[in-house]
Amino acid sequence: MTLVLDVLSCLFLLVGSIFSITGGIGILRLPEFFSRMHAGGITDTMGAGMIMTGLVLQSGFTLVTFKLVAILFFLGITSPSSCHALAKSALTHGLQPILDHETNTEESSPE
Amino acid sequence: MITTMLTATSIAILTTMTLALIRAMLGPTVFDRVLALNMFGTKTVLLICVVDFMSGRDDFLDLALLYSLMNFIGMVALLRFTEHGSFGEETVT
Amino acid sequence: MRIFWREFAPQGLETNLKYSLTLGAALVMNWLCWSGHFESPFLLTLGLLSCLVCLWISSRMKIIDEEGAPIQLGIRPFTRYAPWLIKEIVRSNFEVAGIILSRQMKLQRNMVTVPTRQKTELGRVILANSITLTPGTVAVQVVGSKIRVHALSLEDAAEDLSGEMDARIEQLECGG
Repeated sequence: MTLVLDVLSCLFLLVGSIFSITGGIGILRLPEFFSRMHAGGITDTMGAGMIMTGLVLQSGFTLVTFKLVAILFFLGITSPSSCHALAKSALTHGLQPILDHETNTEESSPE
Repeated sequence: MITTMLTATSIAILTTMTLALIRAMLGPTVFDRVLALNMFGTKTVLLICVVDFMSGRDDFLDLALLYSLMNFIGMVALLRFTEHGSFGEETVT
Repeated sequence: MRIFWREFAPQGLETNLKYSLTLGAALVMNWLCWSGHFESPFLLTLGLLSCLVCLWISSRMKIIDEEGAPIQLGIRPFTRYAPWLIKEIVRSNFEVAGIILSRQMKLQRNMVTVPTRQKTELGRVILANSITLTPGTVAVQVVGSKIRVHALSLEDAAEDLSGEMDARIEQLECGG
C-alpha cells in the first residue's frame, strides 16, 4: 500500500515539476505582458496543485495534510486576485494588449 | 525513492525561480517585473513546503503560510504604489 | 464607561448573528488546527481570546455579512463546483502548456466581453476569479455586469467556458 502511495506521489510531483518549468519557459518565451500572465497562471494552478497533492499523499491523514490543503486553498484565492489586480493596473496605466484578432473593439475602457 | 523525487522537485522549482528572475531582470515594463516577482513568491512557498518534507520538520509549513500572506499583501501594496507614485527613472509603460 | 461602550462596542453582531457564528467557528477551527495545541487550558484560553479579538475587529470593520462569511452557500462550492472547476483547470492547463512548448507558438490573442447573469457582488467575484484561475483566460476588467476577458488562443472556447461557469455559479447561489 505504501509503495502504491509512494509511486502515486512521485508521479504527481513529477507532473507538477514539469508544469512548473513549462510556466517558467512560458514567462520567458511569450511576446508581451498580457500573454505572460497566462504563463504565470500555469505555475500557480497546475504546478502548485500537483506538487501539493503529491505532498499530501506523502503525509497521510494528519494536521500536516490540513495545513497543506489550507495553503493550497489560500493560494487559489490570492493568485487570481493579484493577477487581476496586476492586469487592471496595467490597463489603467495605458498598457494596451497586442491582439491578433480584433473582436469587440467597440468596448473601450471606461477610464 | 521519495527522497530522490523530492530533491528533483526542489531542483525543478529552483529552475523555475531562476527563469522568473531572468524575466524580472529583462522585463521591459514594470508589470513584467511585478508578475515575475509574484511567481517567484509562489514558488518560494512551494519550495518551503518541499524542504519541510525533506527535512522532516513540521514547523516549516507555518512559515510557508506566512510567506504566502506576505507575498499577497506585498503585491497589492506594490500595485497601490504604482497607481500613485513612480519607480524613479523608469517609466511605467 | 458608557462612552467607552459606545465607542468600542461591536457593531452589528446581533443583526448578523448567523454570519458572526460562522466566522467565529471558522476562526476557532483554524486556530486549533494550525497551532496543534489541544490539551493546555492556558493556551486554549489565549487562542479563544485572540479569536474574539479578531471577531471584534471585523465587526468594527463591518465586514461580517454575506460576503465576509458566506454561509448561505453551504458546502455546495466544495462538493459541486470545485470538482468541475478542477477538471476545467487541468484541461486548459494542458492546452496552454501545448501552446507554450510548441516550436511556433500559435497565439490568437483576443479580448472578449462576457455578459454575466450574476445579481450579487459575490457571484461576480467568484466568476471573475474562476475565469482568471483557468489558464488561457484572464479577467482583465469588471465593468458593471460585464467582464472583459483576455484570452490566449481559444476564441470561441473562452465564451463557452464563461457561459457554463456563469450558469453553474448561478445555480450555486440559488441553491438549485
